[in-house]
Order: sequence, then C-alpha cells, then structure tokens
Amino acid sequence: MIKTYQLSKHFDDFIAVNQINLNVEAGEVLGLLGPNGAGKTTTVRLLTSVLKPSHGWAKIAGFDVEKQAKDVRASVGVLTENHGVYNRMPAGEYLDFFGQLYEIEPTVRQKRIQEILHHFGIARSIHQPIGEFSKGMRQKLALARALIHNPPVLLLDEPTSAMDPESAKIVRDEIRKLRSNDRTIIICTHNLTEAEGLADKIAIICDGKIIAQGSPKTLKQQFLGPAEYIVHFSFNLNNNKIELPKGAHLEKKGIDWLIYRADDPAKVNPKVLEILIGQGLQVVSLQEVPQNLEQVYLQVINNHREPEISNDQRN
Amino acid sequence: MIKEIKGALIITKREVRDQFRDWRIVFPIILLTILFPGLMNFTAHQAVSFVERHNAPIIGERLIPFLLMIVGFFPISISLVIALESFVGEKERKSIEPLLCSPLSDWQLYLGKLLAAMVPPLLASYLGITVYLIAVRFQIGWKPDPVLLIQILLLTTVQAITMVSGAVVLSSQTTSTRAANLLASFIIIPFALLIQGESIVMFWAVYDILWWVILAQILIATLLVRTGVAYFNREEMLGRELDRLDIGWGWRIFRTEFRGQADNIYKWFRFELIKNIQDMKLALLFSLILLIAGLLVGYSQSSRFRIPSDLLSFEHMSNGFIEGLDAISFFSTSSVTLIWWHNIRVILLATLLGIFSFSILGLLIVMLPLVFIGYTVGNIAAAGLSTSKFITGLIIPHACFEIPALIIAGAAILNLGATLTTPADGKTIGEAWIISLAQWAKLMVGLIIPLFLCAAIIEVFITPKIAASLFGG
Repeated sequence: MIKTYQLSKHFDDFIAVNQINLNVEAGEVLGLLGPNGAGKTTTVRLLTSVLKPSHGWAKIAGFDVEKQAKDVRASVGVLTENHGVYNRMPAGEYLDFFGQLYEIEPTVRQKRIQEILHHFGIARSIHQPIGEFSKGMRQKLALARALIHNPPVLLLDEPTSAMDPESAKIVRDEIRKLRSNDRTIIICTHNLTEAEGLADKIAIICDGKIIAQGSPKTLKQQFLGPAEYIVHFSFNLNNNKIELPKGAHLEKKGIDWLIYRADDPAKVNPKVLEILIGQGLQVVSLQEVPQNLEQVYLQVINNHREPEISNDQRN
Repeated sequence: MIKEIKGALIITKREVRDQFRDWRIVFPIILLTILFPGLMNFTAHQAVSFVERHNAPIIGERLIPFLLMIVGFFPISISLVIALESFVGEKERKSIEPLLCSPLSDWQLYLGKLLAAMVPPLLASYLGITVYLIAVRFQIGWKPDPVLLIQILLLTTVQAITMVSGAVVLSSQTTSTRAANLLASFIIIPFALLIQGESIVMFWAVYDILWWVILAQILIATLLVRTGVAYFNREEMLGRELDRLDIGWGWRIFRTEFRGQADNIYKWFRFELIKNIQDMKLALLFSLILLIAGLLVGYSQSSRFRIPSDLLSFEHMSNGFIEGLDAISFFSTSSVTLIWWHNIRVILLATLLGIFSFSILGLLIVMLPLVFIGYTVGNIAAAGLSTSKFITGLIIPHACFEIPALIIAGAAILNLGATLTTPADGKTIGEAWIISLAQWAKLMVGLIIPLFLCAAIIEVFITPKIAASLFGG
C-alpha cells in the first residue's frame, strides 16, 4: 500500500530525507519515530504529494507521488501536525467543505458527516463554531476530516501531541478502531508507549535516514539482546558466589538481587531456580525485566550519534 | 474544465462565507457601500450648488463623474487587505496544510483564493456605485452617459483584478502577513499614481483615454495572474519557513549565471554570450517586430502631426555645417562620452521601468527612437524631400550599431519581464529573476555597451561628414 525506494528530499544543501525505503502493507500500522527535525513531517509531506522528491520514488495505493499527485491526495487522509481548522466555521460545515474538495456526492457527504461526527462523539457540536471546541475535540474533528473520504491510507502526524492524557487516550482509542485489513496507517510520534501500543512496525528516523526498522519485538531483540530476568532473595547475598547454569549469563548483582540474561528462557529459567535453591538461597521472586521501546529508541539514536560525537571530539 | 472551475469555486464559497463572519471585513464594506456613497452624494450636491453660485458649473459637471469613479474604487481597496493575507494568513494560522493535501490542483487553489479576495469587495463596489447613482439622480438630477458608466464599471473591475492578482502573488510568495503588507507598497504606490492619473482624466473629461487605461490594466492583470499561477506551488508554500534577505546567496546565483563555464574573457564572449543570444532567439525576434512596429507607428503619425516643410530644409547643411559643429567642439571624445552615456542611461531607465511593468514600459522606451525616425521620415516624404538621402546620411552610419543594440536591449528587458510570468522549473521566483538579471547584465556588458560606444564614435566623427557630403556641404 505504501512503498518507497531511496526516497530523498533536499532543500538547497540541507538533506531533510535521505534515501528512505519503506514497505507498509494493507492492514499494517507503521510507527515513525525520531527526534525533532529528524524528517518525519517531511516524509509525510512527500507521501501526500505536497513536496516533490529530490531523488527516489514513492507509491501510495499504487499511485506515484510525483506523477499521479491528484490520485495520491485523493487516496490519503492526513492528520497534520497542527489541527488546521477554521475557527469561525461550524464543525459540520467544515467537514462538508472538505467533503466537497474530495468530490463526495452531497447525499453521501451528509450521511458520512453525521456518521463520523457520531462516531467521534461530537455530533451534538455540529453547528458549533470550531473556535469554541476544546483541544481534544479539535483533534477529533481533524481526524474526522482526514477520514471524510474513507481513505485507504492514513497519515497521522503527532496525533496526540500537546494533548491532556484523557484526550490523548480518546484519540488513541479512535486510531485503534480505524485499523482494518484494507487500511494502512502511518503514525509519526514522539510518544514511544503510544507507538508500541498502536504500531505493527516501527521505523526510527534520524537526520533524514531510517536507522532501524522492524516489529517492536524484533527491534527489542536486535538492540537489547535476549530477555533479562531479575531474581530477588530473602536475605543478603554478601559475598556468596553465585553459580548459574549454561545459557544464563550474570549481568548485575545487588545486595539481595541479581539480573541474568537467558538465551532460551523456557529451558534456562527452571534450571536457574533449581540451582539457586540447591545452593541454599531462598528465592522470593523471579521475573522478566521489562524491555520497552524507549530503551531501543535511545540505544538506536545513541548508536547513530556516537560516531558524530567522537568525530567532533577528535576534531 | 467546468468541473475543475467548480473545484476552485468551493474554495471561493468557503472563503466568502468566512469573510462575512468577520466583522472587521463586513463593517468597512458596509461603510464604504452605503455611507461613503451618501457622503459623496452630499459632497457633489454641495459642490454643484457652490460652483453654480460662482458661475463655474463646469467644475460640478466634472466632479460628479469623478466621484463616481472614487465611489467605485474605495470598496475594492479592501480586496487588497483580503488578498494579501489569503495564502500567508492561512499559513500563519496553520490551516493551509489540510488544504494543500486535498486533491485540488495548484491553479484551482490559486483561482479559488483569487476570486474569494475579489468578489465581496467588487460586489460592494457595484452596490456603492448604484447607491451613489440613485442618490445623485434624485438630488441633482444627474444621469451618467451609458458609455461612461460602462467605462467606470470596467475600470473598477480591472482595478480589482489587478490589485488582487498582484496581492495574491505577494501572499503566495511570502511567509508572513507582515512581509506581505510591507511588499504591498509595490501595489499601493503604482495604484496611487494611477488613481491620480485617472483623476486628471476625469476632470479633463477626455474619457476616451479611459479605454487605454482599461486595456493596459487588463494586460497587467493577465500577466499578474499568469505570474501567480506560474509560481504558485505547494512545495514553496510549506518548504519555506522564513523570508531571509540573503545577499550572498543572490550574488552567488548572479555570478554563476554571469560567468557561466568560462574561465577567461575569450571563452566568455565565444561561448557564454553566444549561448545567451541563442537562448533569447524568440525574445530577439519579438523585439525586432516591436521596433518595426514603432517605425510604422511613427510614420503613420506623421500625417496627423505634420512638421512645417520649411523647417525640414536641408539647405542649411550645405553651408558651414561642419565648421559650425567644429566651433562647438562637437568632434571630440567628450561628445562621444556624452552620447554613449545618454544611450546607456536610456537603457537603464527602460530596464528599471520594465522591472515594474512586466517589460511593457521598458519596451515602449526602447521603441521610441524608431517612432521618431518613422515620424521624421514620414514628414520628409510628405515635404517632397529625399528620404533615402536622409536615411543614408543621418541615420544609417551610426544606426548600424545602435539599432542592433536596441534590439538586444529590448530582448533582455522582455526576458526579465517574461521570467516573472513563466515558471522556471525547480526555481523560486527570486532565483529565476536573478538569473534573468545576470543574462541582462551579460548582454549589457558584452554587447549593448560596446555597440553603443561604436555608434557614438561614428555619430560624432563619421555621420556628420557623410551627411555634409551627401547634402553638398
């Protein structure tokens, strides 16, 4: 549904997007993560044919972003970084305006507006000027605008940025509801928990380049290694020598705890318990150390920036 | 096509509705539509009574049509405010991006915005004219000549189109309303001068001139709309965040284009200048046609404005012509410098005027020498004198250099104006214009200035002698 090859965008000497390769199938949700100025918004603008690629190509729903810009725009629903709403306009009129731009028949349009406003729980505010809406309501309206023509591709740029937790949750729930087998979604976000909860695939972009890509699980394995486990004991370990079975590698040790990494948890963990108990140690608990996307993200970004930092230091 | 225009009208409809929700726009429109014509009517009534008391009814007769024009103009001045913020205002309010992501094409977006800025003030203007006409009809009993009324309506309409199209170009090329407002002086100052000129015409009551004013504005408006459509693109709208005055950047573009690939003067003349000339083939042809047209216009006017034949006698040239010129130190390098610098100055002035008028005023100046030649030749022919002697003796020797220089200058000025109305792929309006300016400078330095120097030398040292020998001096 979304395919890019060596997609690049230069503004004079500045490279905003650098040879991006993406492949997002129908029904998939891709989380595009990256620091400020990494190239996320530029990528979204390239995928909506608002910007023209300097090199490479991108296809959206089978249409080329450069040669079939009109078809691309008709196939994409975009939630821009800013709401982009007209404050003096009533909500219903706003959606009707965009419905007209997407050439939806008047009767279908009115039905769709009613449906969509109802779906987002703002049907009662149909005649209310948007300027009187709360931030959450505006974001929902902007999402409604992006969906007015029922597009097969949704590009959501910072859908919950600067929103209070309650409004953010409402928007996230709505995005979850939008998942379907024939819709592809790209979410650009700084919120890693949100990305982990919503996306099937993650792409981390930095300095215009995709520096890591894969499912959250794959990325965790790739960058954080095998799962880590923490064991708590009922007394101080003092200088007790701890022996672990083959396949378990001691990572850290505290007063009454230790962390090890297991190559094959299903086989190794029972043996660890058996050996520790055999050594006379009273085990209180054994649990997996949670690995989250934030750790992956920070590691990937640091790995990417380390050569730059050391080069600077050398200079 | 109709379907596509309908797409543009969706934008217009929304914007017009939005404008009527804003009291800052509605209030001045009502004021200028209802109250201002009333005030003008009162002024007309008072002025007519006053001048009649002093036996000067002509002032009243001229004042009423003048006020009709003013009543039409004032509401459309609001269109400038609306148009200036049409794109850049939406950009500042961050509402432009969803619009740019819609399937509308660039020209549909542009046309929609253009009409939205124009329609409400224009309707207010027509309404104001109607209110004024009804009031003066009942109070003074004045009724306009239908032709004058058509002229005023057309004038009001083309003025709105010209102002709005210019303002929308500014709005789409700047990144803040403040910058657009500052640049609006490029519209306001010419319009202030235009209104002053139109006022003179209205008091002078030579209303036929208004047709030329309307025609010129239609031309300018067409070129402005073309410029707007040519340079409007989504990428520029979102890609540029700041208006920076980067003189270094401008200079680099100018220098790169001026020097080209040449690393010495010979290569510059041999390759760069020739390439420049080749790229301007069409402009050169157009410039040549214009000069020929100037010649013909001058010739045709000779029958209308005849020079008395006794003033055209060449007899005085046979007696002491050369001695007379010598006595005033004509045959000197200072005369050469004077003529040379005069010609260069004319081209610089033509270029300057051309920059502000899509080349039109610049080309008119370049045409002028040919108009004079045609006019003089026409008069000489009418006086029964030898035109061939006149042309051979007084024109051809230095014109061999001067006319090619004029043709090239005309082409360079035309190229500068055309750049503004032709999209340069991947280049901004500023970039494209600096490149054209560099091409103009190349032609000036490489051809026009040297040709004018040759012409001046011949005009000082050779032409008078050929003329004297031909006319028996």
